[in-house]
Amino acid sequence: MSILVIAEHDNSSLKQATLNVVAAAKAIGGDIDVLVAGENVGAVAEAAAKAEGVNKVLVADNAAYGHFLAENLGELVAEVGKGYSHILTSAGTTGKDFMPRVAALLDVAQVSDIIRVESEDTFVRPIYAGNAIATVKASDSIKVVTVRPTGFDPVAAEGGSASVEQLDVVKDAGLSSFVGEEKAKSDRPDLASAGIVISGGRGMQNGENFKMLEQVADLMGAAVGASRAAVDAGFVPNDMQVGQTGKIVAPQLYVAVGISGAIQHLAGMSDSKVIVAINKDEEAPIFQVADYGLVADLFEAVPQLEEELKKVL
Amino acid sequence: MRILVAVKRVIDYNVKVRVKPDNTGVDLANVKMAMNPFCEIAVEEAVRLKEKGIASEIVVVSIGPKACQEQIRTALALGADRGIHIEADEEVQSLEAAKLLKAVVEKEEPKLVILGKQSIDSDNNQTGQMLAALTGMAQGTFASEVVVDGEKVNVTREVDGGLMTVSLNLPAVVTTDLRLNEPRYASLPNIMKAKKKPIDTLSPADLGVEIASRLTTLKVEAPAARSAGVKVADVAELVDKLKNEAKVI
Repeated sequence: MSILVIAEHDNSSLKQATLNVVAAAKAIGGDIDVLVAGENVGAVAEAAAKAEGVNKVLVADNAAYGHFLAENLGELVAEVGKGYSHILTSAGTTGKDFMPRVAALLDVAQVSDIIRVESEDTFVRPIYAGNAIATVKASDSIKVVTVRPTGFDPVAAEGGSASVEQLDVVKDAGLSSFVGEEKAKSDRPDLASAGIVISGGRGMQNGENFKMLEQVADLMGAAVGASRAAVDAGFVPNDMQVGQTGKIVAPQLYVAVGISGAIQHLAGMSDSKVIVAINKDEEAPIFQVADYGLVADLFEAVPQLEEELKKVL
Repeated sequence: MRILVAVKRVIDYNVKVRVKPDNTGVDLANVKMAMNPFCEIAVEEAVRLKEKGIASEIVVVSIGPKACQEQIRTALALGADRGIHIEADEEVQSLEAAKLLKAVVEKEEPKLVILGKQSIDSDNNQTGQMLAALTGMAQGTFASEVVVDGEKVNVTREVDGGLMTVSLNLPAVVTTDLRLNEPRYASLPNIMKAKKKPIDTLSPADLGVEIASRLTTLKVEAPAARSAGVKVADVAELVDKLKNEAKVI
């Protein structure tokens, strides 16, 4: 078996999720090649070559791939991936965008968002917002799979010594172009891979009050998340949303503040190791999944939390 | 321009699903069904484009058993002009759904095809992208803003880390994210009027598509239940437990 992993990166650094995907590839077994497609991606290719378990790094360095447009990436990956038994990438927004295009071009099904590998053709994935777990067997000759990074422990980022090979395949479908982007700026750890996440919901009442959570997050080295209610109310930007339609997180510690715990939110965080809920409504569904629940007004509890943490950290 | 909107009948998003005791699937007998929430947003966006004078006709299509006609009627009540029902009683997976939609696209020649970004039952997030690949169209996935500009459409997409805007040649495929719009409710007069709007029924064979099952579900299980937690009395106890019992800080 030969597995092609499509690296997730931002043209300058390799995203950690790629290491989780390589771990999923190792669970399948076989030679693992990593494709780095982007623009000026030398540093990314070097990082990928150092990842544990990687056999070869293929580099497609061209302006056509600089903004990860699905039309161009889809054609590239479908061509490069033809000779492999498996094509894997992270189920981030980039992977979700181009990967089904690859599957359709190869006329094979895609298995989305797997959390476990049972065998080379059998995978486990959540359905119905994580309320059911399906085991599916893929019968196509090439398995196109997106991997939920939190389902797999990452391989070591150092220690590997893969060869690096430049590809001269340029696929520019000429169907789409990049116009602009608006990045949310943050010095905190990346939400999807943070060890601790503290999230606020509608109970925060406004965006200004999220500062309280940010202060606590900075003390703990945590990322700050939000429920859909908080995003829709305009308190915080949408890339902070945790849930079925936002990011899936599985940190060591998840602190839900003023979040009721709707099915769609639980879909994004119920695999966290320890869940803490702070809510004044004793009946809130979040308490049914919380390891530690505190029934209290968050406007009193969060500043107290900050003080208590200062004592122990 | 003509807009094609694909809608799916799924379990109502508020329903707590139950896995069947024999682990063959989720129990859908006597469960409330509804239009997939992302599909509602797709219909709403098409209707808004018509209200702005950009779209001239909205065709709504759904694939599945006879009962899907309810969801097509809903879309007609919200402002779509006519419906196409592709009747299939067996499970239709994403790639085959995309092939059926491709056949409809070839027939109807829409300038824009709008789908939801994912259905809340299978959570696949594939069909729009696959349709775009099969038809050779550009795609604007996870859209939070759609602006048609002559022969192009600018789509602002919700991506990890923020927003990204792309310009796509028309015809194109757009998949909706939750923040694209706030779907309207159908009024009673519009529901009555929708009953008179036409729905064509086709079979996969009419469209020359064979329904193949490439993925076999071996079993469906309930997720591991989390063990019941404890309530703490105050913040000091909470911090103490996190530090000394759970050892996560």
